Amino acid sequence: MALLEISRLHKKFGGLHAVNDVSFGVAQGSIKAVIGPNGAGKTTLFNLIAGSLAATSGRVRFNGEDIQGQKPHQIAACGIGRTFQNIKLFHDMTALENVMVGRHLRSRAGFVASMLHMPWTLKEEKQIREKSLELLELLEIDAYADVEATSLAFGQQRAVEFARALALEPTLLLLDEPAAGLNMQETAEVSKLIARIRDLGITVLLVEHDMSLVMEISDEIVVLSFGQKLAEDVPSAIQNNTEVIKVYLGE
Amino acid sequence: MTAELFVQYLFAGITYGAIYAIVAIGFNIIYNATGIINFAQGEFVMLGGMISITLLPIMPLWLAITTAVMLTMVFGALLEICFIRWLENPSVLRMIIITIGLSILTREAALHIWGESIRSLPYFIGDEVMTVALFGARISPQVLWVIGACGLMVIGLNIFFQTTSVGREMRACAANRRAALLCGINTRNMVTLSFMLSAGIGALAGCVMSPITSTQYDIGTGLAIKGFTVAILGGLGNAMAAVGAGLLLGILEAFSVSVLPLAFKDAIAIAILLLILFFRPHGLFGSRTAAGLKEF
Amino acid sequence: MKKLFPLAVLATLIIAIQLITGWTDTRFYLTQLTMSAYYALLIIGLCVVMGYAGQLSLGHAGFFAIGGYVSAALTTRNLEGLKDTVLIRLFDGLGLLVAGQDIYGDSLLVVTPWAACLAAVLCAGVIAWVLGIPVLKLKGHYLAMATLGFGIIIYRIVLASEVFGEADGISDVPSFPLLPGLSVSGDFGAREENYYIAWGLLIIGLVLLRNLVDSRVGRALRSIHGSEEAAEATGVDTARFKLQVFVISAVYAAVAGVFLTHYNGGIGPSEAGVMKSVRYVAIVAVGGMAHLWGAMVMGIVLNFLSLRGVFGSYDDAVFGFILIAIMLFAPNGILSWNWRGYGAMLLRRGRRRESLREKTDGLA
Repeated sequence: MALLEISRLHKKFGGLHAVNDVSFGVAQGSIKAVIGPNGAGKTTLFNLIAGSLAATSGRVRFNGEDIQGQKPHQIAACGIGRTFQNIKLFHDMTALENVMVGRHLRSRAGFVASMLHMPWTLKEEKQIREKSLELLELLEIDAYADVEATSLAFGQQRAVEFARALALEPTLLLLDEPAAGLNMQETAEVSKLIARIRDLGITVLLVEHDMSLVMEISDEIVVLSFGQKLAEDVPSAIQNNTEVIKVYLGE
Repeated sequence: MTAELFVQYLFAGITYGAIYAIVAIGFNIIYNATGIINFAQGEFVMLGGMISITLLPIMPLWLAITTAVMLTMVFGALLEICFIRWLENPSVLRMIIITIGLSILTREAALHIWGESIRSLPYFIGDEVMTVALFGARISPQVLWVIGACGLMVIGLNIFFQTTSVGREMRACAANRRAALLCGINTRNMVTLSFMLSAGIGALAGCVMSPITSTQYDIGTGLAIKGFTVAILGGLGNAMAAVGAGLLLGILEAFSVSVLPLAFKDAIAIAILLLILFFRPHGLFGSRTAAGLKEF
Repeated sequence: MKKLFPLAVLATLIIAIQLITGWTDTRFYLTQLTMSAYYALLIIGLCVVMGYAGQLSLGHAGFFAIGGYVSAALTTRNLEGLKDTVLIRLFDGLGLLVAGQDIYGDSLLVVTPWAACLAAVLCAGVIAWVLGIPVLKLKGHYLAMATLGFGIIIYRIVLASEVFGEADGISDVPSFPLLPGLSVSGDFGAREENYYIAWGLLIIGLVLLRNLVDSRVGRALRSIHGSEEAAEATGVDTARFKLQVFVISAVYAAVAGVFLTHYNGGIGPSEAGVMKSVRYVAIVAVGGMAHLWGAMVMGIVLNFLSLRGVFGSYDDAVFGFILIAIMLFAPNGILSWNWRGYGAMLLRRGRRRESLREKTDGLA
């Protein structure tokens, strides 16, 4: 059984059918990509899975559990991490602090314990810091740990966002256009990174425009067009799919 | 309740409702142009009343009112030029605090210029005891002045926004500021113009209501809260829905006096405001999906 | 150790000020310093909600008033006439009531200050909770207007209710015996004692909040300020955290209200006014928004100056001016203003001018 199962998902905005009867599954340990022309409903689909939007109808099952309609933080607690197309870092916080927020679900100090600085919270705080530093090292941005995150270069900001999502220790990672705005070299690094994340045992679902990246790393690809699923197959088959080519190149 | 009393309450409600509607339209004009809620909106109304009262001894009533409206428009433009125009991408929090500060400064300046005394313009026609019979009730002719003036303002604004090129440019700014800029519209001047326009209609409303409600340095805050309630009730940014919402609030308030102690009259508006904010922040007439796409 | 240092400096300063006022016979300053400390308590509470969690509240004077008024009403309202009702007898049996005599020698039965204080703070906390659930879903202008509306409603209620003394407020509020031999009261003889009570309370409050912002919870709050959407995606239950921090700050405001009311021996409707709420927001803004120490220092300084009457009839205008000036020129507060960076900028400008001059000289 697939780790993430999307069945007959619909989302309407007024008269616009942004996601129309989309179903597919993401197998444990795989990298799956969602592609499609602009306005195909990719980001909407992502927001539906992550809980930022509520679906009009349909189901999203994760680990056999129905997560459709839950709040984003509940979905995060189920083990789904995400990044954003237009990077959303916490301003006025350092790169390290940004990643430390990612440890939120893996720590438990509440208001009272924090206000009283209970001894165990200090220990927990230390663990949060160490784990977050490890992640920054993994992504090779530990040199910028104490720099305000939003003042970093674009590629580094993206890496911080990755680290923050990984800090959740997710089972599934949703990446919304991870290569957007990056140059070719940076894109190549991102693709290596995604492969490394998969090797850590984390399943990846990504939306991406950059075809070279998608073709290189994905195990399977879903093609969306005008909110509907056009095709779902391995990269080599998608490349030769006449309908997909038609959508991308026009008739 | 007798039919006569009913009509009496109804007209009182419409009078206040018309004023609230004008304040709300003022909110909406600036909100559409800038995305800012101008907390100093009520102060424009106060200034209109105060300036015209001050000018009255040296000039005829119509000239005093015209001058007061002009001066308040200049004041509105100055506020925008001095405090709003040159800020680049200010956060909503920052803008809220700045306009609150402006409202306090205006009010305090008024306190030092005009003192705490309650003043008012004379009735435009006749005096406070003169009435006209309408539907079996006795109504002051000033009530008709208020309703008439507010009605004319609404019609005038509609014509301005729909038919003149400046009005259309302002609407273009409201719909999409960036696109308007790319079309060669000077969006900054449009913002200044929006401040002038809402200062002007606020001041005129302040003049016509003055004989009935009197003018004091601190009437702005209460009017701003009610104007905002009305703006929210009609859906923020929807200038013309504010008219219906304004009349609704005015009439509700007027009739509440017959049920509740007078001291709680103001609490009604706020209670409505809170209820609307909690349950229908997109307004009574707005659509939920459209509001969902807006960044609140 | 590093964290204790500023506190040690503050404590030394507090003691030094008390000693100096004693030697120079200017002990009357202690009265305003005590009052300022209570206002500062409210302000640091607001600072956490506004500066750290990014939720503007224009209704904090309302919570202060709830604390002060409920405690004042309970400790002054004579329950003698209701003596025989079951509820009053139950309260009496629990030791929540105290009998005494009023100035005319009639017997008086009122709630004890401790019970009244707890009831008042609890009341403010519950109201903040109930209000916060819908209100904190709102953002920007909507949140500002909703909290402002709440503040005005509280103001209207105290102004219109006979229980709360209408326009006159409540006076003759008894002193509040905290511990045997230590009570919050405005007696001249208890000036020093009360100065230390107020500052002790403020320091405890400050330490608790500093611990809070410097923790997992504090980070979560700041992340909400940074990007609510990203905070949610990172697993922060934003609604719950906003609500909890709002309640905590309402409790701070209510505690300040209770203590100041017992210290002053009364409370009036102006404490619930909108201008008070705006003033608190102004002070947090001057202090640098997400800056507990800044908020506290500014809370003390500005309230002290205001209470001393330095601003005269321009009191409100001064705070309006401060709000605008800070938001226009130093939105991060004057304490965290980058003075060094500003200096460097001036230097650079000077240099550029010089190099320009050199170039033009060369042309000539």
